[in-house]
Amino acid sequence: MLSIKNLHASVEGKEILKGINLEIKAGEVHAIMGPNGSGKSTLSQVLAGNDAFEVTSGEVTLNGENLLEKETEERAREGVFLAFQYPVEIPGVSNLQFMRTAVNAMRHHKGEPEMNAAEFMKLAREVSKQVDLDPAFLKRGVNEGFSGGEKKRNEIMQALLLQPKLAILDETDSGLDIDALKVVSDGVNALRAQDRAILMVTHYQRLLDHIVPDYVHVLADGKIVKSGGRELALELEERGYGWLGIKEDATEASSAN
Amino acid sequence: MATTDQEVNELIKREYEHGFVTEIEVDTFEPGLNEDVVTRLSEIKKEPEFMLEWRLKAYRRWLEMEEPEWAHVGYPKIDYNAISYYSAPKRKEDMPQSLDDVDPELLKTYEKLGIPLHERAKLAGVAVDAVFDSVSVATTFKEPLAKAGVIFCSISEAMRDHPELVKKYLGTVVPHTDNYFAGLNSAVFSDGTFVYVPKGVRCPMELSTYFRINAANTGQFERTLIIADEGSYVSYLEGCTAPMRDENQLHAAVVELVALDDAQIKYSTVQNWYPGDENGKGGIYNFVTKRAACIGKNSKVSWTQVETGSAVTWKYPSCILRGDNSVGEFYSVALTHNHQQADTGTKMIHLGKNTSSTIISKGISAGKSSNAYRGLVKFGPRAEGARNFTQCDSLLIGDRCGAHTFPYIESLNKSAIVEHEATTSKVSDEQMFLCRQRGIDPERAVSMIVNGFCKEVFKELPMEFAVEAGKLLEVSLEGSVG
Repeated sequence: MLSIKNLHASVEGKEILKGINLEIKAGEVHAIMGPNGSGKSTLSQVLAGNDAFEVTSGEVTLNGENLLEKETEERAREGVFLAFQYPVEIPGVSNLQFMRTAVNAMRHHKGEPEMNAAEFMKLAREVSKQVDLDPAFLKRGVNEGFSGGEKKRNEIMQALLLQPKLAILDETDSGLDIDALKVVSDGVNALRAQDRAILMVTHYQRLLDHIVPDYVHVLADGKIVKSGGRELALELEERGYGWLGIKEDATEASSAN
Repeated sequence: MATTDQEVNELIKREYEHGFVTEIEVDTFEPGLNEDVVTRLSEIKKEPEFMLEWRLKAYRRWLEMEEPEWAHVGYPKIDYNAISYYSAPKRKEDMPQSLDDVDPELLKTYEKLGIPLHERAKLAGVAVDAVFDSVSVATTFKEPLAKAGVIFCSISEAMRDHPELVKKYLGTVVPHTDNYFAGLNSAVFSDGTFVYVPKGVRCPMELSTYFRINAANTGQFERTLIIADEGSYVSYLEGCTAPMRDENQLHAAVVELVALDDAQIKYSTVQNWYPGDENGKGGIYNFVTKRAACIGKNSKVSWTQVETGSAVTWKYPSCILRGDNSVGEFYSVALTHNHQQADTGTKMIHLGKNTSSTIISKGISAGKSSNAYRGLVKFGPRAEGARNFTQCDSLLIGDRCGAHTFPYIESLNKSAIVEHEATTSKVSDEQMFLCRQRGIDPERAVSMIVNGFCKEVFKELPMEFAVEAGKLLEVSLEGSVG
């Protein structure tokens, strides 16, 4: 489904991704792990089409189509979803209006009729229960005054509403307490489907206790240095990154969020 | 990232949709201004004698006045002798007695503008006074309003039919000596709306005036006077459009509101005069004096304005809070793009005890435009326990526009409380990226973000106009993103 070949990307002239190769098939869950500054967030931003990053070479295809030549919104409509690490606030725009606009943009793209306010309200209420968000959040401004955990649940709620082909989860576990982590994980597990690929970017292996990946990749200095199964994450937890010859004190280079 | 700026630039490029010209036979004065013009104007309107004297006095005083230059706007000097001061569609009879007598071309014009004057407008439940260039061409729902005792007519009619009310209140809130444009207006005002709501009456429907400039090289000098007698309530809305022309046109209006004891006036404006093209050519100079006198105890006036049009706007709807416990409110959205300039805000003059005022101003600048908020909050020595809350927020779209805030506070009373909050923000790249990542078009995203920014003001508008204002903002922003 997703194919990344020799992807190089830089921000403000500084190269962050230095030749990424990755294949993800429909139905698979892949985890990308790595120390701060290894380029994890950059990879998610580049896949979603953030113009702050410049792709200098390489190829990315989604179901055979060249993703890199498409605008951000076109990629989204083709099924690329990014759950943000730090979702931004949009004051005064209700969550409900924002989500309905997004859902209708997708429906329009697929040639389906738009959902009216009442229909959408019904759907949104159901989905909000799945991530344990009080429906009152639907009326609040997008991410306005939400706690860290509420923002993350709100992101997963959007993924559930939009039903993407490729869901990229950027540090979805960061800043969550154990209960919130459980709720978010349940939401992500509900997303798992035969026709959907999931790419999880995470610093910690604890998320992988809840969302068990099919493959784990270790990213260091802009390259995937090791790939393996679920057991690789456990080994990383036990031994740290040092045994792979990776320094762990690099600062986070990506400021995309 | 490059996205927002480019996107925004393209999004603002949409054509002005009310820019058509109505082909109609008109009576127009030759350009030029002198006592003879003022006299002819008064004659053509069959005004009572006192009005002619009133106008001439204003004209003579105006000649001695200087055009103000303190506003944060720039425009070439206006040649007041190059403007025509009267233009009106030709009429077979004196005044149309009913809509059937109104020229079909005119009715079509208003249909095209989305303001049907015909009876089916009844569905909307809004009474309309339609002002075309210098004259009121139709006023709807006069009869049901008259039953409630409400007088709703053109000011020309009011001068003939209700001279005592006009004489008592005209110029009491904005005297002809007030400022240069108010002086000019007092001399040459052509038409506008008159409203009188008697004691204890709650006006049964929304009242509105729709101003349309059509003729070229003509100024529009409208004059509106609204009087809410003791314990009454009225909600009034005005809308404005003009054709696209390369020359600038002058619109210098005066609006006076008078609220007596326990009366309330809600005055809403959706101003969409032609703003000029993307290079700053053409457009309306909108130099307007709007002021309310809360002369009665417990009276209240709310100004709500959505300003998206005009090349240059100079406008400060104000409240003089004379009555004890009177309340003044000002809610404003001013959007400028391309080369538009707006210097707008309010004055809240607290004279009575326990008077209070609220100012919420939202300025949105895009393109190369300049948007200034200018406000004065003043407390007189008698204004015990008076208070004001002011919030001025500016939103910048792109990096070639400017936002300025000029708040003035003067207090002669130690017990007065004033709070002022101001913010400046940008439509951020992160917000745009979030929206686009969810499949939302960039222009839709900008308009959604801007609408969210304006929410506090839009909720003050009458329901149907709030929807209209949202759409207008969207249209005005088109071309600002690509």
